[in-house]
Amino acid sequence: MYHERGLVKVVIDAELCQGHGRCFTMAPDLFSFDDLGSGVVIGDGTLNDETVALARLAQLNCPEHAISIEE
Amino acid sequence: MSVNPPVEDFATDWDHADPEWVHDPYPIWQDLRERCPVAHTERYGGAWFPATHEGVAKIANDTENFTSRAVIINNGRPDELDMPAPIGGAPPITSDPPFHQIARRLILPALAPGPINALEPRVRSLCVDLLDEMKDHEVVNGGMDYAQHIPPAVISRMLGFPEEDEELFRSFVHQVVNAIDQPVEQRIEQFQPIIDYFEIQIEDHRAHPRDDLTSYLLDVEVGGEKLAIEHVFGTMILILIAGIDTTWSAIGAALWHLAKSPDDLARLVNEPDLMPIAIEEFLRFYAPVTMARLVNKDMEYLGCPMKEYDWILLGFPAANRDPKVFEDADKFIIDRLENRHLAFGLGIHRCAGSNLARMELRVAIEEFIKRYPRFELADPEAVTWAPGQIRGPRNLPIRILA
Repeated sequence: MYHERGLVKVVIDAELCQGHGRCFTMAPDLFSFDDLGSGVVIGDGTLNDETVALARLAQLNCPEHAISIEE
Repeated sequence: MSVNPPVEDFATDWDHADPEWVHDPYPIWQDLRERCPVAHTERYGGAWFPATHEGVAKIANDTENFTSRAVIINNGRPDELDMPAPIGGAPPITSDPPFHQIARRLILPALAPGPINALEPRVRSLCVDLLDEMKDHEVVNGGMDYAQHIPPAVISRMLGFPEEDEELFRSFVHQVVNAIDQPVEQRIEQFQPIIDYFEIQIEDHRAHPRDDLTSYLLDVEVGGEKLAIEHVFGTMILILIAGIDTTWSAIGAALWHLAKSPDDLARLVNEPDLMPIAIEEFLRFYAPVTMARLVNKDMEYLGCPMKEYDWILLGFPAANRDPKVFEDADKFIIDRLENRHLAFGLGIHRCAGSNLARMELRVAIEEFIKRYPRFELADPEAVTWAPGQIRGPRNLPIRILA
C-alpha cells in the first residue's frame, strides 16, 4: 500500500520525545530505547505493509506527538 | 478528614481536599470543563485548575510563565518551605530549565527500561509472596494487603534503605502528599522525622558505599564537582515519595475497576495479550497523579487574571477524560487502541519513574488475576480514596469468588 508510492519510514523527533515509553512498549519490534529511556527507531525505520499499521498505532499513542511517518 | 470548610461551588472555590472531590472528582471535572474551563479558588493562597486537555497541556509545556519550584499545593507560601528556582527542594521535579535537564539526566539511566526490566522477576516474586500470605481468605484487602506493599519494597531496594522500614516510608508519604490541608507550621514540624531518617541513611551510605541510588547520588559528579548535599537529599526524597503511593494508587484503582467490572476481568484473564493495551487504559482512566506549578508573574493567561505565586493544579486525570481528545472519554474501554493519555504528565517533567510504574502495575495485575480469576467488591461503600494530589483506593475489600 504505502510503499508502492515509495519508501515509507517511521521517525521519532528526539526534540519532542520525553520518554513516555509508549512506542517501545506497544511495538517493540519497531522501537527501542536509549540509555536515558528515550524512544529510538530500530534500524532505518523503513516500514512494510505489515509494520506500517503498528507504526501508525504507536503514532496515535505518543502523548508528545513525537512520531511521524514519512513517505 | 479535611479541616477546610465544605465547597459550595467548585468553579470559584474548589478544594482537592474536599470530601466530594476525594470521593469522586470526575463529575466535578466534567462540570468545570463545560462551565469554566479554568476553575479558581482563594484557598491555599489562591489557585487555578484547568479542567481541559488543552489547558493542562499548555501550562505543562510553558516553563517560562510557570515554575515547578513547588509541586504540592499547601497552605504555605513557597519560599517558606522550598529551595529557590531553578533547583527547588526535590530536583528534578521541582527544577526549572536549564538546571532541570542536568538533574534529570542524573537519574534517568537508573529508571530507563533496561535496569527497570531487570527488576521484573523480583517484583513478580514479591507479588506472589503477598498473594501467598492472603491464601485461604475469602475477603482480601487489595489496598492494604497487596497494592501498598509492592512499590515500597522496590523503592527501598533502589535507594538502599532497609526494607523493614516500609511502614515508615508510607507515613512519610502521607505527610508529604496526603496531609495537604494542615497549617504550614505543622507541616514543617512533621517533616522533621523524614529529615532525620534520611540523614541516618546518608551517613550510613557514606560509611559503607554500595551499589544503589543513594551511593550513586553521593558519588556522582557534575562538571567535576559532587552534588550539593541538598540536591542529593532532595532527589532521594523525590524518589521515595513519588515512587510509592503513585503506583500503589494505580494498582489499587485497577483492582477496584476489575472487581466491579466482571466482563473486563474475564477478558483480561482470557486474553493475556491484551494486557499492555489495558494497562494504558487503566492509566488513562484512573490516572492517580496531579502536579502543581506556581505562576511566575502577574498575567492574563487562558483568560484568567493570574497572580505571581498563585498555584496551578495540573489535572492530568481530568485531561484524560476530555471528550475533545478522547472518544467516549468517560467510558473505560479495555481495548482502546488510540490513547494519548497524560497519566505520566507531559513535556520535560514526564514522570521519571514511568517505566517502573508501568512494570509494577502490569506485574501486580497479572499475578493477582492469575491467582484470582474471579473477584468482586466485598463492600463497595467501605472503599476509601486517598485525598490530595495522588488519588487511589486505600481500603479495598475484595471478595474472592470460586
